[in-house]
This record gives sequence, structure tokens and C-alpha cells, in this order.
Amino acid sequence: MKVPTDRKYSETHEWYLIDDDNVTVGITQYAADELTDITYVELPEVGTTVAAGDQLGEVESVKATSEIFTAVGGEVIEVNTALVDHPELINDDAFEEGWIVKIRPNSTEPLTALLDAKEYRLYVRNAG
Amino acid sequence: MTDTALKTPLYETHLAAGARMVEFAGWLMPVQFAGIREEHVYTRTACSVFDVSHMGRLKLTGDDCESLLNYLCTRNLAGAETGRSYYSHMCREDGGILDDLIVSRFESYWGIVCNGVNREKIFAWLSKHSPGTDVTIEDQTLSTAMVAIQGPKTMELASEIVDADLCSMKRYRFRVFELMGMPVSVYRSGYTGEDGFEVVVPGGFVKLLLPKLLGTKDRPHPVIKPAGLGARDTLRIEAGMPLYGHELTEQWDSLTAGQGWCVDLTKDFVGAEPMRKLREQGLPRRLVGLQLEGRRIARQHYKVYSGDQEAGEVTSGTLSPTLSKSIAMALIASEHTGEGTCLTVEIGGKRVAAKVVKLPFYKRPK
Repeated sequence: MKVPTDRKYSETHEWYLIDDDNVTVGITQYAADELTDITYVELPEVGTTVAAGDQLGEVESVKATSEIFTAVGGEVIEVNTALVDHPELINDDAFEEGWIVKIRPNSTEPLTALLDAKEYRLYVRNAG
Repeated sequence: MTDTALKTPLYETHLAAGARMVEFAGWLMPVQFAGIREEHVYTRTACSVFDVSHMGRLKLTGDDCESLLNYLCTRNLAGAETGRSYYSHMCREDGGILDDLIVSRFESYWGIVCNGVNREKIFAWLSKHSPGTDVTIEDQTLSTAMVAIQGPKTMELASEIVDADLCSMKRYRFRVFELMGMPVSVYRSGYTGEDGFEVVVPGGFVKLLLPKLLGTKDRPHPVIKPAGLGARDTLRIEAGMPLYGHELTEQWDSLTAGQGWCVDLTKDFVGAEPMRKLREQGLPRRLVGLQLEGRRIARQHYKVYSGDQEAGEVTSGTLSPTLSKSIAMALIASEHTGEGTCLTVEIGGKRVAAKVVKLPFYKRPK
């Protein structure tokens, strides 16, 4: 199972990558594989203000609809518009091409409580 | 997954092939191998094999089989021909659908293939009505296995399965062959909208048969690939075929479910009376096809509206891989079921535009 070590993970299977002042959010490859073929991604609008724990959007697959949450609050500064026509990018490459939103966080403090790659791996193994 | 889930004889084979398994109708079944979409497209363009051993397989023997089945089935089975299969429903007295099934007339007995989830219910229903008749019911589900071979390339590959002319066999006909000394029933039927076969064999024997179809790990078959229940579901939705628990339930009858073609109201059968009344008075609701705007999937129980008025609910939906459109089947108040009627479906708190369209969504090219 691919779990990059450069980022943080939530138990709801989102990943958070801090670069410069922004946090990029996506869902893990494990989550994408579990959902199977992703057919639709509901994205927030750029400029939206979100609070930690808010729902960011939804990912839909043939099998199920799944909500995407954010562990950090802040302003949505960019969304991956490529997902509108190619939601399958998340299946193909959940950690890079399949990123979902970029947030300018109020604080990165909530991220410290999240799982690192090793802990996420363990979490998935135990949950599975 | 519960410990009590049943495993088909192909369980280990699926695991070795990298299948993702899910519990379905009390069985551990492969939901996908390469991916639902990929398997779907492959079935529409080439040939796939599905393990459908979870389907119930009952054998009925005795002189009164025909009269009992004709009394319990919506389809008229009087004078059923040997070598033919008949799609039918069984209903409760109030018309509620107990199951949809395929009844096959063998030379000296009758066969029923019913839904896995309804196997025990149908066995009990038959048993309840058989006292005083010459009918013996045997559940052969656990001692046999069943695979479906589906897709436009199936016919040209058929000779690899049995050394016989299967191409001349018409749809909903079947034959029993002997293969390596084992009885093999080959039906020209399926649940994908494609041409193909469904094959029933003695349980353990399917492990010998499958390599013939799929090849081995080192030498896979050049054409035939495995497919799972996920693709089976999206294929049957495109083909407008009903699924028990979705389009067919005990809450409504066969006419409402749009399956009036398999109901013969001129004969006497369990559930006929309420259906005659419905036919006379007109159906208050009907099953229709919907085509939605956008890519969102309308799932079972999502509400359908006409303006602000609730018009019904979705029974099944998917993003059609063949049409690249969001499609659904829905049970709708009859006044809103005309082709082209504009409705909306509530998805994730938003109203998505939908249009009533003819079923099926997909028809295979002849």
C-alpha cells in the first residue's frame, strides 16, 4: 500500500501536505481503491471559508458516495478543476494528480494531532 | 464479513486472481477484478466470465410440477417445452413480488434458478404449497456451481466449452451435455444485455472448467476475462433489467415493476386477483428509466420530484459506462411517466434535472 511519508493522514482517509503557507488536501489511495471507479467529485468554490471538521465536498463512485472532510480551517484558495472532467485521476494517482483542494490555513495546529504515514498504515491494517 | 458467509467453489480462485470480495446475499463474492468500469466495457466489447454460484438452484421432480409451478408463477407454464427456460415472477396473494426466477423444463424434472437472497424463501414457499401434490423439491445450490459467460465474442468461443453447435441454440433455450463425464447444463441467457451463456455444473467440477475458460495464471486466455458483481450490476442497469430488492420487492407487484410481459392474467395463479384489479383500474405508479444531467449518480431511495411535488423514488442508478450518462430506474406516479417528462432527483441536498426515457438504456447491436 502506497503511503507517502511527506504528509499527514486523517482517520477519514484524507491526506494533508504542507508546502509553503498552504495545505493540499486529497484522499488516500487506499480510500480511492475502496471506493472503486470514481465518477464524480463535488468541489467547494474557491474563496470558501471552512472550519476544521467541515465537509469539503463529496467523492462519488459506482459503489458509493463518500464525504471529504478537512481537519484544518481556512480559505479554499485552489481546487483541482481537472477532476471535473477526469474524476478518475483520483483512482490513478490519489497522492499527486488526484489532489482535491488547497487551503490557506488559519493554523496548522490541528495537523499535529493527525496520523503520520506509519500510523495511518497501521490504522488501515487494523480497520481492514 | 460474517463467519457464516458461504463460499462458492471458486472462492480461492477469485482470491488468487486478485478479486476484491464482498458479502452478498450471504455469500462471499467477487465485486471486482480489474475494476468495475473496465470489466463493464470488456463485457460489452469482448467476453467476461462471472461466478454466479450464489444464485439459488432448485430441482423439482414429480408429476405435479407443472401444475404447481403454473399456480405459483406469473408466467403461463402450461405445456412448457422441454429444453426451454421461462423468466417468471412468484408473488404473494396480494401481488407483492416474492422473487424473479428462471424456470426450466428438463426432460424428467424442472429446474428453478432464483435470487441468492431469496433461495430459502422460495424453497419454503414451494414447500408450503406442495403438500398433497406429487412434487419433491431439492435445493442443489450448494452441490453445484454456476458461471455466466457474456459478451459479443462469447459465441465464437463457445466451441471451446463444449464440442457442440451452441450457436444454433436460441435464447432462453438450454441443453445438457456431458463434459469429462460430468453433466453440464448450458443456458443461452444472461443478465448483462449481451449474448452469452449461463452454465451449471457439479460444484467441484467448476474448478476444472474455469481454467478452460480463463486459462491459467501463466497462460491466461487471450480473450475471456473474469468480471465481478459490480460490473454485473452496472451492465444490468444499462440493459434495463430489474434486480430483486431494487426494482422488484414484496412492496409492489409485477405490473407496477414493468414486467407485465411475464404475467398471464388469463390463468389462475397466486397474486393474479390484485393484478387484474390494477390492470382494470390503471396502475397508480410505474417503473421508468431516467436520464440525469451531469455525472452524479442517483441511488436507491433518492426522491424524485415533479416541480415541488414528490413523484416517486429511485430504485437503481449508475453512471453508464457505455453512454457516459447518469442513468437510473425509478418508481414514479403514473401521471409523470410519459417519455420526455422533466423531473428532478434530489442528490446530496440539490435537485438534479432528469428526463423520463425509454427502457432499456442500452440494446446490443444485432
